[in-house]
Amino acid sequence: MQLIRKYLSSAWQALFGDPVRAFGVVSLILLLALAIAPAKEHFSQWHSYQRKYLALIHDRGDAPSLRRRFVPGIHQTWLPELGVVDRCTTCHLGLNEASLADVSQQPFRKHPVVPHSLDGFGCVICHGGQGQATTVAEAHHSERTGEEPILPTRYIESGCGQCHQNALPGTPQLNLGRTMLGRYGCVHCHAVTRPDGSKVEATDHPPTLAHIADKTTRAWVFSWLKDPQAYAASTTMPNYKLSDEDASDISAYLMKSSMPQAKDTATPGVKPAVIADPSAGPSLYGESFCASCHAVQNAAGNLVGGDLGPELTRIGNKAKPEWLTAWLENPRVYDATTPMPRYRFTPQQVATLATFLQAKSDSDYGSGIHLDAASPQQIAHGRKLIVELGCAACHEINGVQRPEKFAPELSTIGSKPLAQIVFLPGMEHTLPNYIVAKIRQPRAFGSSVKMPQFTLTAAQTDALATALLALTARGRAMPDNLRVAAVPETNYQPAGHAGKLIAELACLSCHRFNGRGGDMAPDLSWEGSSVQRQWLTDFLHNPNTLRPSLIRRMPRFNLNDSDNKELTDYILAVYQSPVIDADLAPVATNPPDAVEHGKQLFYSKYACQSCHIVDTKTDKGYVGPTLTQVGSRLTAAWAYAWLKNPQALRPGTTEPNQNMSDDDARALTAFLMAQKAPGGRGAKQ
Amino acid sequence: MMRRFTARMTFGTSTMLALLTFAALPGCKHSTPAHSALKATAQGTVLVETSGGHQVGVTGTALKDPLVVQVNDDHGTAVPGALVEFHGSAGVSFDPAAALTDGSGQATTSVTLGAIAARYDLSAVTPGKAAPVSLEIVETALGYQERVGSILADKYCSRCHDSESSPERVSNYDNLEVKPHPFTEGSTLNKMSDADLTSIILHGGPALNRSALMPPYGNTLSAADVKALIAYVRAVADPPYQPAGTVYARK
Ligand code: HEC
Repeated sequence: MQLIRKYLSSAWQALFGDPVRAFGVVSLILLLALAIAPAKEHFSQWHSYQRKYLALIHDRGDAPSLRRRFVPGIHQTWLPELGVVDRCTTCHLGLNEASLADVSQQPFRKHPVVPHSLDGFGCVICHGGQGQATTVAEAHHSERTGEEPILPTRYIESGCGQCHQNALPGTPQLNLGRTMLGRYGCVHCHAVTRPDGSKVEATDHPPTLAHIADKTTRAWVFSWLKDPQAYAASTTMPNYKLSDEDASDISAYLMKSSMPQAKDTATPGVKPAVIADPSAGPSLYGESFCASCHAVQNAAGNLVGGDLGPELTRIGNKAKPEWLTAWLENPRVYDATTPMPRYRFTPQQVATLATFLQAKSDSDYGSGIHLDAASPQQIAHGRKLIVELGCAACHEINGVQRPEKFAPELSTIGSKPLAQIVFLPGMEHTLPNYIVAKIRQPRAFGSSVKMPQFTLTAAQTDALATALLALTARGRAMPDNLRVAAVPETNYQPAGHAGKLIAELACLSCHRFNGRGGDMAPDLSWEGSSVQRQWLTDFLHNPNTLRPSLIRRMPRFNLNDSDNKELTDYILAVYQSPVIDADLAPVATNPPDAVEHGKQLFYSKYACQSCHIVDTKTDKGYVGPTLTQVGSRLTAAWAYAWLKNPQALRPGTTEPNQNMSDDDARALTAFLMAQKAPGGRGAKQ
Repeated sequence: MMRRFTARMTFGTSTMLALLTFAALPGCKHSTPAHSALKATAQGTVLVETSGGHQVGVTGTALKDPLVVQVNDDHGTAVPGALVEFHGSAGVSFDPAAALTDGSGQATTSVTLGAIAARYDLSAVTPGKAAPVSLEIVETALGYQERVGSILADKYCSRCHDSESSPERVSNYDNLEVKPHPFTEGSTLNKMSDADLTSIILHGGPALNRSALMPPYGNTLSAADVKALIAYVRAVADPPYQPAGTVYARK
């Protein structure tokens, strides 16, 4: 004790023994205190990265210019309009340095080429993370309230989707995810509103169940409810993991509530005398191009066909024969808004197709199911389940109202605060992880969760997550002029009797007219300027394909002459391009040698034969349509305008714009118009 | 101060974790496998690639097809029950990272490439009888620009430049008098400068005194599109493209 006191007092003496000494020591302490801030900066993480960067560029040939552009200290990109305050470039020093392309060391790599300037948009807008942070941990990995860790690269396209509501060519994953929100019917239960206020609409067309007993049996409904994918691997109907009792009770209610569909009085019923021709089934199915929309699983287990309509692999297990026959005759009787055309099959064709389809069945499917007649309690329980599970959010069901706001709205799911999320044990706490887990296995989050199990590939799940992550608060807060709006479907409806025909034939399921319709087949908004009357009449009677390499084709409808004329007249009169002047047909006055000149241009200067066939003996091009009879198909005015600028007539077409002179285009038009169909059909143009 | 402290803590843990994984990865290449759950019942002496190599994917996402390798013995017979481990540079992940070969001697894994657009050299390793046997596999990850190029190439160019046909897209290659080269053919395309590529894409074959069967796209595609196409051609070139011109190497 004595000793310690002695030491202390001598130390005191040594430091503050006299005023001069005391002053010196105090100023030293002050100096040290002042040095803390610079020292802290000196030893900070970003400073050490800046030193490393200088060391990296030190030996390089381009060091002088790199060093000139290097600014020491904390950098900041401040874009108040976008809500961006990013200091990332404090450490990521090479982002804008083109000459650092060979450097792979982070954080100094050059940023890959993207369509936006980095200075104009900052970093967090696409990458997430904390832009204001100046340590790696805080910038990249923060999970604190109101903050989010950096976004994994696999979802990077969600960044684009905050502003770009339209489909960009460079963001296939985002586009797929957005399509899926409609296609898988997510938006039946979860409302999704885009920042501009428009709603994402469902595109899956779930069938009405109001007349389900006409269509199928209770046993089928039961097996379907238990496992939809066991019936059709490709169906978008999710699995609700129902117990046998629950599935049985729901099927009982659906059957009980089903009301018979009023019979179609307009079309004559199939006479019992009509005999199916089983041998003609496959060819009729093929000729009618059913496979353009419907898939069937082949022997190898692969689905062959389109996905616009339901898969037909086991249709025989499902459809009652009478229903199938009536459906093939006129699907609009059972479902007024179905995308399926009314083919106008003859009674014999209907019988043949029905027999062919009925044979598509699997004897194992649903075998061994015995459902006892349901008691009133069970039926009531079935209805209760239907209400609880929200079946009526998608399907029309007698006696059950469509629920409003059945599931949480997802319009800002991309900014959901981590603090509001209950993560599964062992799960990394990030929003993308949560979204993916929730889509992949919703019931893992609790057995009372109502969200059903979808059957999706990993790529589809990632796509959906990307589309959801794009729905951010930032995207909504953005000024309107920084947003690129989605191109909404118009509500175009063709008018009059022809309009009714177009609806019956469901032309809009595949073709687009004036901003509405499908994308399987060409946009026909300007078809009337494009083709000749005789060709159109013949084509509607018997569509022969223009592109032999396409597997999806125009089906043949048994149109009678008056319907055919009605349609032809309408298309020619209404679907006219404003930029094509039919009276300005450039060929009529052309001298005959223009044809010869055009031929030379076709084969040598423009080498059109690389994609098109004019002479089947010599030409082999297989990319564009065959032109052997183009002179009987296209109008001269259209051909000329097309040659001058194909994209002006059909945006996005792959035919290159050759910047042709008027003379060349005129000569080529003359040559093309000389390619007539044999027998002079259409030659009277 | 508190804020900073917590942040550092989380960072500390994640760095530790990352360090551990990195330490484990090269470690298992040489020493006994760390995958104790997998008990190899057999050993082979040769590794061959069955499928899934040379894919072109997108940064940070899983490759479309799984990677499948086969373990054989000296006689070329498949060895079931042999251990195969998959390795890649930082950022690459495998699911699973190690597997036992199935009844036909094959081990399958799904590969996710890193966040950087590049060619990735991966390897599959099996313990072997005497010494570990390894097999090198190459995969390519495209960045934004290269992928835009690949989408454009699919739409505009592949019908002629890719001789592979599918029912969805019948190739036009066989129909052409003068044969174009597949964009992967580095031996030819690497010799063409960016300027030459730009010029043939913009103005067609005649621009380089080549056949007019190669159409001009200068009025159809934008300058950015053409740059993207070239970036794509460079990214998929095999052998890999080495840019000429100024290389800022060390002095
Ligand atoms: C109609 C068929 C066709 C289409 C479509 C086509 N090319 Fe070509 N391309 C050719 C032919 C034929 C050649 C060979 C010309 C020669 O060697 O004389 C060629 C040559 C080239 C060459 C020179 C290297 C080589 O393969 O000989 C490049 C580069 C090229 N094309 C790029 C493109 C790009 C990019 C596109 C798409 C935007 C495209 N091509 C679309 C037919 C086509």
